[in-house]
Amino acid sequence: MATKKFMFLNRKAPYGTVYALESLEVVLIGAAFEQDVSLAFVGDGVYQIAKGQSTDGIGMKNFSPTYKALGDYEVTKLYVEKESLESRGLTLDDLMPLVWEDEDDDYAEKPSIRLVSSAELAAVFDEQDVVLSF
Amino acid sequence: MKYSIMVNEGPYTHQASDSALQFCKAALEAEHEIFRVFFYHDGVNNGTRYTVPPADDRNIQKEWSKLAETHEIDLVICIAAAQRRGIMDADEAKRQGIDGDNIAPGFRISGLGQLIEGGIIADRQLVFGD
Repeated sequence: MATKKFMFLNRKAPYGTVYALESLEVVLIGAAFEQDVSLAFVGDGVYQIAKGQSTDGIGMKNFSPTYKALGDYEVTKLYVEKESLESRGLTLDDLMPLVWEDEDDDYAEKPSIRLVSSAELAAVFDEQDVVLSF
Repeated sequence: MKYSIMVNEGPYTHQASDSALQFCKAALEAEHEIFRVFFYHDGVNNGTRYTVPPADDRNIQKEWSKLAETHEIDLVICIAAAQRRGIMDADEAKRQGIDGDNIAPGFRISGLGQLIEGGIIADRQLVFGD
């Protein structure tokens, strides 16, 4: 089957609605189909990869550890919109340190998160074949 | 052009399903092809035949079934999303030990791979949602 560039656009907070959790389920299937998968986090979507998430008291599963496994599925391009992060008073230090292992570089750990401006993100979207928004 | 469609919201609460239906009809009229419609999130609720809207309102579920029948459109409900929300075909009901099914004519239940495949095969994939 052909390989296409799939972009998963995440716009919603991780809890409150099911979109983030069910988006992640599609991402894993996209990776299993060996597609060229990227993720973007904009708006409240940036909270999906925030550090130190706890669902104690809301009776929901904390699925944030799954993002740490994305590197093992060769999902290594996680774009975070700078403006969304800044307008929420967050910095890169508030996000999980998500990494992937580069086979071609002696399995060196490399960061998956790419902080980009809105304009840079638009250019990334221009290159995609399929965009699924959640 | 060959389109794949994704519907992410249920009927009536949200306009997404109406808009997707209208898009499909317009695209077919203009002699485009709809490769598949994939229902995800609460969108799976478009596929229960137990929907009974008031007589003076549109019946969105029946319109999907009619579209599938008239144009042989592949309507696929995500199994993981359907299980969470109680949408069942006869096989799944049997497997889960549930006493009945509720899937509407023209719909089938399958996995998320069908969504990815739709994106690969179609020229354009359109998402109708919130």
